[in-house]
Amino acid sequence: MEFNDSFILGCSAIGAGLAVIAGIGPGVGQGIAAGHAAAAVGRNPGASGQIRSMMLLGQAVAETTGLYGLLVAILLLFVHPLLP
Amino acid sequence: MEHGILMSGADVDFMIHGVFQYSFFGHQVWITTSHVCILIVMLILVGFAIAANRAMKKGSDVPGPFQNVVELIVEKLDGMVDGSMEKAAPRYYNYIGTVFIFILFSNISGLLGLRPPTADYGVTLPLALITFAMIRFSKWKYQKPATIWEDLCSPLPKWLPIWMPINLISTVAVPISLSLRLFANVLSGTAMMALLYGLLQWFATAWPAALHVYFDLFSGAIQTYVFCMLTMTYISNEIGDGTRR
Repeated sequence: MEFNDSFILGCSAIGAGLAVIAGIGPGVGQGIAAGHAAAAVGRNPGASGQIRSMMLLGQAVAETTGLYGLLVAILLLFVHPLLP
Repeated sequence: MEHGILMSGADVDFMIHGVFQYSFFGHQVWITTSHVCILIVMLILVGFAIAANRAMKKGSDVPGPFQNVVELIVEKLDGMVDGSMEKAAPRYYNYIGTVFIFILFSNISGLLGLRPPTADYGVTLPLALITFAMIRFSKWKYQKPATIWEDLCSPLPKWLPIWMPINLISTVAVPISLSLRLFANVLSGTAMMALLYGLLQWFATAWPAALHVYFDLFSGAIQTYVFCMLTMTYISNEIGDGTRR
């Protein structure tokens, strides 16, 4: 079957849009991490420095899956891997 | 870009470009903008290191402003390593400090108009591979082969290595996720700034500075910190209590 380039590019754009839905997961995860960090600081304000660094570390690790989605989207939009 | 998803933004450009081509044992190899940017970053860091070295050689008990800054940087970096590696820390001051300064400056170099070298997968993968080699090396140095085999079959008993392939995959995933995390973060910042400048043209004056603060300074610093923290966490996991076998 033959597809022309515009069709492939349009489908790539739809795929890129679908790929960044992966951002939902990290959003929820980072929110949970920040909420628990706030609760922890409320319980023990003295440890706020350590809690902050631990929260940032956890959030950055949780972000990874979302970044994979973003990477797929960027590749689809700018590198055009599907074009013949 | 002749195919036109971004027909309106033909100026959108955050890709790596070749600067010149040469032949290396019959292969066509390119010197790219990443090489040029990494060279600039390295020259600045080497210049700073030489200046710091000279300042410390004739350092006094009452430090001057430059000596103060150098001492502050070294103390903060060593303190960070101390905080997460405890007893094994002194042997890793050099590596973690070097990697931290290099990645931090690479990420921030977007502010100087360079394309950040860490937005090239060819830069972050070697960094992650060095970390991976150090993790494996410390595992073999500090643990008995029997323990390593037991860890490989970990949830199941050691005479039943069905789970081993899964554990091997998770071992190999460490450098991949480490490098992709840094790469994707910096690349996304670079791509978004390029889209902003390319698509908005004259409208993008002054206020993108706020976005630069987020994408280049904040995100860059956080990712640097995360890369170093994860490196230290992985290594100190393998070292265990630090007694040599």
